[in-house]
Amino acid sequence: MADEVTLLDFWASPFGIRVRIALAEKGVKYEYSEQNLKNKSALLLQMNPVYKKIPTLIHNGRSVCESLIIVQYVDDAWKANAPFLPSDPYQRAQTRFWADFIDKKVFEITKKIWTAKGEELEGAKKDFIDCLKLLEGELGEKPYFGGENLGYVDVAFVPFYCWFYAYETCGKFSIEAECPKIIAWAKRCMKKESVSRSLEDPEKVYEFVLELRKRLGVD
Amino acid sequence: MAEVKLYGFWPSPFSHRIIWALKLKGVEYEYIEEDLSNKSESLLKYNPVYKKTPVLVHGDKPIAESLVILEYIEETWPENPLLPKDPYERAMARFWIQYGVDTTAALGAFYHGRGEELEKAAKELLESLKILEEQGLGDKKFFGGESMNLVDISYGALGYLLAAVEEVKGVKVLEPSTLPRLHAWAKNLEELPVVKENMPAYDKLLAFVTGSMNRLAKN
Repeated sequence: MADEVTLLDFWASPFGIRVRIALAEKGVKYEYSEQNLKNKSALLLQMNPVYKKIPTLIHNGRSVCESLIIVQYVDDAWKANAPFLPSDPYQRAQTRFWADFIDKKVFEITKKIWTAKGEELEGAKKDFIDCLKLLEGELGEKPYFGGENLGYVDVAFVPFYCWFYAYETCGKFSIEAECPKIIAWAKRCMKKESVSRSLEDPEKVYEFVLELRKRLGVD
Repeated sequence: MAEVKLYGFWPSPFSHRIIWALKLKGVEYEYIEEDLSNKSESLLKYNPVYKKTPVLVHGDKPIAESLVILEYIEETWPENPLLPKDPYERAMARFWIQYGVDTTAALGAFYHGRGEELEKAAKELLESLKILEEQGLGDKKFFGGESMNLVDISYGALGYLLAAVEEVKGVKVLEPSTLPRLHAWAKNLEELPVVKENMPAYDKLLAFVTGSMNRLAKN
């Protein structure tokens, strides 16, 4: 029975990119459907009635929402290859903890970096670097958070890498100067086709951020 | 078998979640009460990132964040499963557990709100709970069907804790007239032995919530 898979997504969304990487890692053929977030489609509203957000995955007519839940679903539904989570329950718990940390802390802080000014901006930059340093500690000497291969935390975090240029330019700082290990890790991930094909061009992302800033009246 | 320890805080529904899960799985554990105004060395050692309860320590391995702990318990002690086996049903269960994070935030705003803000927070909490009732619970007795599962466990606070906050605030949100099915669900949940025997005494909780709100009012 052929699987019908559609991904409702928005090109610049790091959350959408997570799902693109996950599907690519599993070798799943799917239809990518770019969504207009200013004028949401009937399909999006029908498939994600609670949040009306992207990414939303549609698998054989049934929808799965929320990026990390989608990534876990993709891992469960296509079990044959490239497991994202380790097999040991304790390692799995640690993996879930750090993916949750990225969602709880990293995203909110990075939003401040491209919207805030003055003291608030400086505070956000410091918080961001502190988070990255914690993640560097968790990475340790491993090539990936998942060990020898890409895992759940790699998939959760690497999409933000194509937003780093926008953070650095808006915030006037260098992430590599403070956290070289994270940059080395990201570049290593980018050597994988599933990652390099899923991440967007950082210059394009920066242009998009400038548009958002204008729309939000930041400048 | 390695020792299981739970560092908790008696009024906190996040701690109660873990107690119920451990009890449902028949896991023996040692409970350690934390004084959150004077955190123990152990807590700071076992949860350096957030320094919060609950923390589960299995052998010498700590796990923090209640939802991460719940998944760990489910995987480590697979008897009496608390999550569906089917990948899609599992994803739906995780979606509603994750939705609870928003509900908790709305409950927090209700807890802190005063005057006009309180009215607004009550309205938002009601709207959040309406979605949960209509799309999450539907016509089921429990989120888990005929018996409770991790989703029911994650919404435990909607029973006893919300009732205490409503009483102190003098505003009711979860009532048979506004949320008939969810109200019935909360009553059914509290009748289950594992919940009934493992929740704080109502008057003790009421005194705690009152005291906590008086302290907030002074600041």
